[in-house]
Amino acid sequence: MTGKGKRERGKVLLEVRDLHASVEGREILRGIDLTVRAGEVHAIMGPNGSGKSTLAQVLAGHPAYTVTAGRVLYEGHDLLGMAPEARAREGVFLAFQYPVAIRGITNAYFLRSAVNAIRKHKGVEELGPVEFMDALEEKLKAIGWDSSYLSRPVNEGFSGGEKKRNEILQLAVLDPKLAILDETDSGLDIDALKTVAQTVDKLRRPDNATVLVTHYDRILTHIEPDVVHVLAGGRIVKSGGKELARELEEKGYDWLREEAVVT
Amino acid sequence: MTDVPDRTAPYVADFEAFARNGASGAPDWLKELREGAIGRFAELGFPTMKQEEWRFTSVAPIADQRFILAHAPGSPGPSGTPVGLPAPSDIERLCLGAGPRVVFVDGRHAPTLSTPADLVGGARAGSLAAALRTDAGGELARAHLARHARWRDSAFAALNTAFLADGAFVHVPADVTLERPLEVVFVSTGRARSEGPLVSHPRSLIVVERGARAAVVETYAALSDGVYWTNAVTEVVVGAGAWAELYRVQREGPHSFQVATTHSRQDRDSYLGLHVVTLGAALARHDIDAVLDGAGAELILNGLYLLGGAQHADHHTVIDHAQPHCASHEFFNGVLAERSHGVFTGRIIVRPGAQRTDSKQTNNNLLLSTEARADSQPQLEIYADDVKCTHGSTVGPIDQMQLYYLRSRGLTPEAARSILTYGFGAEILDRMRHPVVRDRLDRLVRERLA
Repeated sequence: MTGKGKRERGKVLLEVRDLHASVEGREILRGIDLTVRAGEVHAIMGPNGSGKSTLAQVLAGHPAYTVTAGRVLYEGHDLLGMAPEARAREGVFLAFQYPVAIRGITNAYFLRSAVNAIRKHKGVEELGPVEFMDALEEKLKAIGWDSSYLSRPVNEGFSGGEKKRNEILQLAVLDPKLAILDETDSGLDIDALKTVAQTVDKLRRPDNATVLVTHYDRILTHIEPDVVHVLAGGRIVKSGGKELARELEEKGYDWLREEAVVT
Repeated sequence: MTDVPDRTAPYVADFEAFARNGASGAPDWLKELREGAIGRFAELGFPTMKQEEWRFTSVAPIADQRFILAHAPGSPGPSGTPVGLPAPSDIERLCLGAGPRVVFVDGRHAPTLSTPADLVGGARAGSLAAALRTDAGGELARAHLARHARWRDSAFAALNTAFLADGAFVHVPADVTLERPLEVVFVSTGRARSEGPLVSHPRSLIVVERGARAAVVETYAALSDGVYWTNAVTEVVVGAGAWAELYRVQREGPHSFQVATTHSRQDRDSYLGLHVVTLGAALARHDIDAVLDGAGAELILNGLYLLGGAQHADHHTVIDHAQPHCASHEFFNGVLAERSHGVFTGRIIVRPGAQRTDSKQTNNNLLLSTEARADSQPQLEIYADDVKCTHGSTVGPIDQMQLYYLRSRGLTPEAARSILTYGFGAEILDRMRHPVVRDRLDRLVRERLA
């Protein structure tokens, strides 16, 4: 890798401008500005209730959130005008903070359906069950899973850690351009955290980007972010390099909240 | 009461003709049983919605019609006249496996469509009427018939017992293992007489003796969309240490009625997987009475109902923990489209002394339209103190969070809905142990949901 200063900056993948969003009439996001370029990893940190998850869900298209102002461009296109499935097909992926269980549907069937929906969209031939399993083998190994997880219903009866790993498996299999990880690190033991971080790190390429939404800096010791943002009161109140994360861990969020009120 | 016409009278009259003619060759114990049963039917009468057990299901469409006994004395039956028998390919289509089969047409055994009754190890799968004519079969039938089904409490089971003449007779002797599932097929032609549509009363007895292993597939199906009524009773006896699976597939015709009782009794350390798939009939009521009557017995009661149009299906289950250390796991899922109505009642009785009972019951209903309806009622009666009993039920449309989750992975809303709906079926199918039968049922479920 070339040094950071010399590296050519990638093209803009995501551009968020003055984004306001509310849920059940309550405004959560109050003017978010964020630019993510290809090849970058951004960390979005902030206290509980600051709007981190809302931002992640709005970008993925959660129907419960209403965008009241602002715009979001993804590869130059209006992201907010796209249905959730259209965003996924164009390469946006959200690892859910609370992954959803689906009764009766095996993980293998679910993953293959998702992969094939995207392949079909791209005009690539869909994968049969056998080809798909072959393609999956390596990705399973990367997250330290055996194929028994594939025959279990999606997230049903999974522990918290298993659910998070399952999100990372989906990330690895779907290979998105823009991955948003919503507190994927919370609730993981140190080994699971390392596995998740390594998998994410391995997927880093000059043509994709990752937005890590997190409460703690733990995961950032394994995945080095290019930019750290602090979200408070529905706005990004501070952005900086990776050293900002450490500062937050030491000083907490209170000093920023005061700052946000002042500005 | 006087202004209500007596709906039972025509059946009592039919019984008298039946007892005089076709049934007169029966052994005395059977004659007595039938006499007692018709008397009980006349006493009970057709149930009404005022009765707790029937509060969601009206049997008026059955009671208000005059159904003619499909095999009235002297009438030409499939065994008498091969003319009018369905083609073997029609039966083939309805079978779920490649095992031996016993086929009934309008309630009567059709030997030419069936495989020979004698199987390996002295096992038998044939007609009850034929078995009653033999010494060994007669003894076995006498030991079990009507000993298990609670016909004294049910007008329909009593009526079936009164007209008890034929049905499947499956006997698997001790320690015999049957590799392939036995197939019992009841087809209705949907043909009517000038006096009215037909009713058949199939009566089956399945005995899996100590240490034996067997799977039986029981299919009810129609060859046309005519009006008819099937009033079936099946008794299943599972001996000590035996392992049995009964798959019961109801795909009766769209204008038909089905009322049925499946009664099982398990001895100690036995396993019974009772799988129910309900797809057909305009009006269906299925009573399942499962008795765990030996310590260490395990029951899986696993059901799926997929309804559409104006279909109504009522599953009324009673699991009776009569002995300690038994486990019962009951799962019923319903997928209800259009104006259909699904009813589930799950009663679990834990008798005094049935300590260490482990019982779990769930009933999940997916409503695919705002006009569809599901009623779900758990009823726990626990008379022992050291037990683990859980129950839960859900009724609702497709979960919006699940839908969004799937869409966020690139699936269209239509594809996501289809997957979520199929999941309700797949969850039940996954508990079926026989791969071939499960795959065939899986296909049937997918076809239905498509």
